[in-house]
Amino acid sequence: MSLIEVKNVTKKFGGLTAMKDLSFVLNKGEILGLIGPNGSGKTTTFNVINGFYSPTSGDVYLRTQKVTHLKPHVLCKLGVARTFQVVRPLQRMTVFDNVLASAFIRTKTKAEAEALVIEVLNFTNLYEDRAIISKGLPLGKRKRLEIARALATQPEVILLDESFAGLNPTEINEQIEIVNKIRTQRGITILIIEHHMKVIMSISDRIVVLNYGQKIAEGTPGEIGRNPVVIEAYLGEEVCA
Amino acid sequence: MKKFLPLIIFVLLLGLPFLGLSTYLMHVVILVLIWSVIGMGWNILGGYTGQVSFGHAAFFGVGAYTSGILYQSMGISAWWGLPVCIVVLLALSLVIGFICLRLRGAYFALSTLALGEICRVAAENLVQFTQGNMGIMIRERTWVDKTWFFYIILFITVGSYILIKKVMESKLGYYFVAIREDQDAAESLGIDTTFYKTISLCLSGVMTGIAGAFYMNYMGYIDPSIAFPLYDISIVTVMVVMVGGAATYWGPIIGAVIMVFLAEEIRSLPYIGAAHQTIFGIILILIILYLPNGIVGDFRKLMKPFMKKRGA
Repeated sequence: MSLIEVKNVTKKFGGLTAMKDLSFVLNKGEILGLIGPNGSGKTTTFNVINGFYSPTSGDVYLRTQKVTHLKPHVLCKLGVARTFQVVRPLQRMTVFDNVLASAFIRTKTKAEAEALVIEVLNFTNLYEDRAIISKGLPLGKRKRLEIARALATQPEVILLDESFAGLNPTEINEQIEIVNKIRTQRGITILIIEHHMKVIMSISDRIVVLNYGQKIAEGTPGEIGRNPVVIEAYLGEEVCA
Repeated sequence: MKKFLPLIIFVLLLGLPFLGLSTYLMHVVILVLIWSVIGMGWNILGGYTGQVSFGHAAFFGVGAYTSGILYQSMGISAWWGLPVCIVVLLALSLVIGFICLRLRGAYFALSTLALGEICRVAAENLVQFTQGNMGIMIRERTWVDKTWFFYIILFITVGSYILIKKVMESKLGYYFVAIREDQDAAESLGIDTTFYKTISLCLSGVMTGIAGAFYMNYMGYIDPSIAFPLYDISIVTVMVVMVGGAATYWGPIIGAVIMVFLAEEIRSLPYIGAAHQTIFGIILILIILYLPNGIVGDFRKLMKPFMKKRGA
C-alpha cells in the first residue's frame, strides 16, 4: 500500500530544474533509499514532500490525501517527520528540551510529553546526554538528536537526510541499528537519502536513483548495484567490480 | 532559599511605602516597576521568541492613548484604560503580526521600527482623537500620594512575572524558544511558527500596553513625543532587557533597576551638564561589550573576580 506518492513533480528554481517529472511511491513499512550524485535533487525532493517547497507542477499524496501545498507543520501533524542534512538542533536548549519541544504535538499534558521524551531518548541512546546543551554535542550525537526529535512527533513516516554522513564506523553501526529499530519496533516507514553505499545497500528494501532531477533507476539494492546506467552516473566502475 | 527569593522581595516591596521614602524616591521606584513590565513584555517576543522589535513604543503609546482617549472623549476614568487596552492591543498585535511577522530577523526589526514611527505620526495628526501635539492631560489626579500608584504597578509587575513564568514552563514557552533557535526546524517539528509568533507578539504587546495605560494614569499627561518616542521607549526597552539579560526571568527587572537608577544618578552628577548622555552611553557600551548576555545571563562571569579574591 502506498503511503507517500510523488507524482510527476517538477521543481524549478529560476532557470534551474531541480526535479524533472519525478514520480515514485513509498510503500507502507518499507525503507526506501534515495541516492544520486550531488545536486541531483534528493534534498529538494525531501523539501517538496515535507512542504518547505511548493512544486512547480505535479503533486504529492499522503495515503490518498493530496498534500502538495501544505506547510511543514501541517504535514508533521499528518505524520511526516524529517531530519536535516546539516543538523539543526535548537542550539541553546538541552538535549531533553530539544526533544520535548517536538513531543508536545501529539501529547496533551507536559507530564505525558516528558514521559515520551524519556522513552525516545532511551530508544536513541541519548538519555545519558539529556542535560547537555545541544550546541556542545559531538556530530554523531547531534545526528541522533535529529532522529530523536523526529521520533518525538510520533510520525508515520520519517525522512532521513544523510543521517550517516560524517560518522565514524562505530557510530555508523549504532545508527544502522537505530534505523532498523525504528522500522521493526515502531513500524515507521522510512525514506532515506544517503551517500554511504554500504549503509544504503544493507538497509534499503528498494532504491530510487536520481540524476539531474530525474529518476534513472529503481529497484532492489542488488538490481541497482548491477544497473549500468547507475554505475555510469553515480557508482563508478569500482563498485560494480 | 532561591525558590523563595521572589516571594521575599515581594513582601519587602509591600512594606516599602511604610519606610517613609521621599516622593522622588517613590517616583523612581515606580519608574523601575513600569520599565520592568515593559522589559518583560519585550522579553517575551525579543528574548524568548527571538523576534527583536525596535517599535515597542507603539504598544506602550497605544496603551497610554487608550487610557487618555477614554478619559478625554468618553469622560470615564482613565483607569478603565487598563482593561480596555487589553482588547485594543490584542487587535493591534494581530494586525501588526499579520504584516510584520512574515518577515524574519533584521527585516522584522526594521518593520517594527517603522511601526513605532507610524504610530507617532498618526497620533500627531489624528487631532480629533489625540489632540495632536497639545497632548492629553488628566485634570483631576486620582491620588496625590504615590502609595496606591506604587501598589498597583507592583501588582501588575508581579502578575506579569508570574504569567511569564507559567507561559515559559508550558508548551508555549518551549515553542517560543524553538522558534528563536531555528524557525525552519521548528516548522518541520510540527510547530505552526506564524501562529505561535503571533501569540508571542500579542502577549508582549498587551503587557507593554498595560504599562503604557498605567503610565498615563500615573503621569497624568501624554503627547505623541512622550508616548511614541523612538529613543526614550523603543530603544531604551531593548537596552533594559539587554543590560539585564535577554531570555531570563529577572533580566528585565534588574535591567530596569540599573537603567533607571543609572540614568537618574548620572543626570544628577554635578558639573557635567549635557555630558550625562555621553557617560550613560559609554557605560552601556561597556556592559554590552563585556557582559553580552546581560547581568543576569553573565552573572557567574561577573562574580568571578570576587570569588577568586576570596579563595586566595
